[in-house]
Amino acid sequence: MSMDILLQNIANSITLGSLYALIAIGYTMVYGIIRLINFAHADLLMVAAYIAFYGIFLFTLPWWVAFLIAIALTALLGMSIEKIAYRPLRSSPRITVLISAIGVSFLLENLGIVAIGARPKPFPRPEQLVWNIHLGNISFLSLTIIIPIITLVLLAALIFLVKKTKMGMAMRAVSKDYETAGLMAVDVNKVISTTFAVGSSLAAIGGILWSMQYPQVDPLMGVFPGLKCFIAAVLGGIGSVPGAMLGGFVLGFLEIMLVAFFPHISGYRDAFAFIILILILLFRPGGILGENVIEKV
Amino acid sequence: MDDRLKTKFILNVVLLLAVALLIYWGQDNLNNFQIRILNLAGIFAILGVSLNLVLGFTGMFSLGHAGFMCIGAYTTAILTMSPRSKEIIYFMEPINPVLANIQWPVLPAIILGGIMAAVFGFLIGFPALRLRDDYLAIATLGFSEIIRIVVTNTITITNGALGLKNIPSIKSLWVYWLATILTILIIKRILNSSWGYAFKAIRDNEIAAEAMGINIFKHKLLSFTIGAFFAGLAGALMAHLITSVDPTMFRFLFTFQILLIVVMGGMGSISGSVVAALIVTIGMEVLRIVEQPMNLFGVLSIPGLPGMRMVIFSILLLLVILFYRQGLMGTREFNWDWLINKLSTFKLRKRGEAA
Repeated sequence: MSMDILLQNIANSITLGSLYALIAIGYTMVYGIIRLINFAHADLLMVAAYIAFYGIFLFTLPWWVAFLIAIALTALLGMSIEKIAYRPLRSSPRITVLISAIGVSFLLENLGIVAIGARPKPFPRPEQLVWNIHLGNISFLSLTIIIPIITLVLLAALIFLVKKTKMGMAMRAVSKDYETAGLMAVDVNKVISTTFAVGSSLAAIGGILWSMQYPQVDPLMGVFPGLKCFIAAVLGGIGSVPGAMLGGFVLGFLEIMLVAFFPHISGYRDAFAFIILILILLFRPGGILGENVIEKV
Repeated sequence: MDDRLKTKFILNVVLLLAVALLIYWGQDNLNNFQIRILNLAGIFAILGVSLNLVLGFTGMFSLGHAGFMCIGAYTTAILTMSPRSKEIIYFMEPINPVLANIQWPVLPAIILGGIMAAVFGFLIGFPALRLRDDYLAIATLGFSEIIRIVVTNTITITNGALGLKNIPSIKSLWVYWLATILTILIIKRILNSSWGYAFKAIRDNEIAAEAMGINIFKHKLLSFTIGAFFAGLAGALMAHLITSVDPTMFRFLFTFQILLIVVMGGMGSISGSVVAALIVTIGMEVLRIVEQPMNLFGVLSIPGLPGMRMVIFSILLLLVILFYRQGLMGTREFNWDWLINKLSTFKLRKRGEAA
């Protein structure tokens, strides 16, 4: 493999890794706070991408207005999902809540198919954001740089939120033990709502960037990225924000390099992430950065 | 109580005879389409009952049923297709010579489909069942996707994404419903054995069950493997019903439908799963009309809405899980004792009124 192609692949894996990381953070936050795999998180990507798409094409909004509206509406949707489908089940067995999450995910996907149709649509690439960069023999999209920068900035902001603000402290308290946190005058419902809002807006940003990088939207576009980002979150250590980031980058890197070095098994690319998941669950269930928690009676 | 046992035995025989009569009547009087739907309902009943064994009775959230079905369906398809149609269908890459000239009768092929799924269930369960709840769910979902991806890529065995066609067709109601009834009887038998009690103990409290000397891992693996066997069996039957298989058939959507059946019927109720399987399968067909263009009174025309059925079913699942969590039957079963008691109190009351 020549140097140029290797560099190209490294650039690709950084982009993919950043996207995985961005979406994985949402999974990890929600899991950290209510111990639920939010299956609907994956479909929030799709919802955000479609809102942005229609904002630009149907309402001819400037791209940044469309993007902001998409992020706000997706955050709202994430909060409503929690309120309607998860909150009433908070004290029931985990399996029940998980079934509810699967139900919400299927509802969103199929509403997408009913309302918009299953055919993929091309996603616009605003000229101010996306242009070609040539560096020696390799050329890449500006997104290759923009996406990691956005991801890092958001990560820094998020770590600030979790570590330095009052809300962040409340989040950590709820995640440790929500009943006790409630007794300590933390408004548990508000904290969980905020977590969903933050997680969902990250999913929205991820979704919009994803559809610019791979410029196409369809109602099932969130399914595979969603599953893989969950895997990234587990890989890094679920519940830990830097872990999700690390997991996203590792998964993106491994996936791109696998296809680059072993092109003849590229058909197995989607299976690869699941194999990683199963290995990590078996040998280090806490993930790379997580602690191995022993379940108490 | 001997009297009651005898009554129950007679009632069971009568019920089986009634079902046999219904099948006999249906075979002659229903059209092909209706028979097909009923056969599909039978397959879904097998699937529902087998997932219920794993999820409702042993408390393991497995989302891998579509993968096991895939194994069962492909096993029977490859074994029963005629060598000539194999030659035609595998045009991308020729079929593996070992498999090219095999043509088995249908019955052993279907059973081997179940056994293959059980073998994979055992191999997958071995590592996966160390996990619990949501991790188990996502790991089994992962395995099911891996099976699908492997099937898509092993072209000389499975013909890849193109799938297989011309699988010998079985249309008879007898075959599918006999399989369904046998499945129900076998699983009921298992649930009333010491295995079944161990499963339920594990579901209710794993740690307490372990303290009582139940080997948790062994019983979980047992339940998972039996579940996989029946899922593979149902997949094999499905292959003969539809006569073609391809990897996209066995996506997560399939597992979702089975999950819907189990939740709707009640997690932990065999009879609930059977009733829910009938409702969901027939409902799926009846609701087909909402996806087709409609013309109301020649004035208002509504365009078809593909995907609407699944919207309705997702809402149904959410409503059941949010407001009516026990489903149709909860953990209760249809049983004669209940009926006899009801009837005898009714009789007593009547006598009381007369006096």
